[in-house]
Amino acid sequence: MNYLAVGIGGMAGSVIRYMISLGTMNVGTAAFPYGTFIANMLGCLILGLLTGLNEQKKIIPKPIMIGLGTGMIGSLTTFSTFGVETVRLYEASSIYMAGIYVLLSAGIGLLLAGGGFYLGQKRSGKEVTNG
Amino acid sequence: MNILLIAIGGFLGAITRYFIANKFPPIKGTFPSATFFVNLTGSFLLGFLMGIMPPSKWTLFLGIGFLGSYTTFSTFKVELIRQFQEKKWKPALAYMLLSYFGGILLAFLGFLSGQNL
Repeated sequence: MNYLAVGIGGMAGSVIRYMISLGTMNVGTAAFPYGTFIANMLGCLILGLLTGLNEQKKIIPKPIMIGLGTGMIGSLTTFSTFGVETVRLYEASSIYMAGIYVLLSAGIGLLLAGGGFYLGQKRSGKEVTNG
Repeated sequence: MNILLIAIGGFLGAITRYFIANKFPPIKGTFPSATFFVNLTGSFLLGFLMGIMPPSKWTLFLGIGFLGSYTTFSTFKVELIRQFQEKKWKPALAYMLLSYFGGILLAFLGFLSGQNL
């Protein structure tokens, strides 16, 4: 059952990621991979939020958490494409562009995951005190 | 049709990642070995796929669908946040640096091996 939830979530996440890539294909002039970047950043925020919400009290039931968090958000974001795009950016543009892509992904991703976690945790704490 | 190929690949990729996550518990409770494993192997395989053939239906199914979902960026970041929260600075730093350097290097090596095969 958990596997099915993860699979269906994974289906949705990968298709949304593809849609974002198609939608941002003509954004900007450089070879910067906006699609993967947006999908990854969005996913960091949402997964941080979901994880924080379940911190004090399990607000989100486990099957939903697994389907949504592990399946959908896990698949919306991607590390392999990030790695390959970094190599491509280095070859097509410069080592500086590749470095900027890595630093922005690493820095903003961490901030968004941390911010989402913090906000979710605050909400989760309220649920505990309210009963 | 393209969407369907990606969806099926994404379905299988996410399930494979979940299966591996259930098999590999964090090393010493601090190092997220499962995510680390999928991200590094996935980076190599995607590089390999890109090197061995021009973009095709296989790229959609295996690359964007399967390997895109098999690897994850969000879980990696949330695991780092968890390590920070527990003040496990050294494992967090190791996890971060090994993932970035390892992932990018393996993507590159995968690409080279695909091209030269």
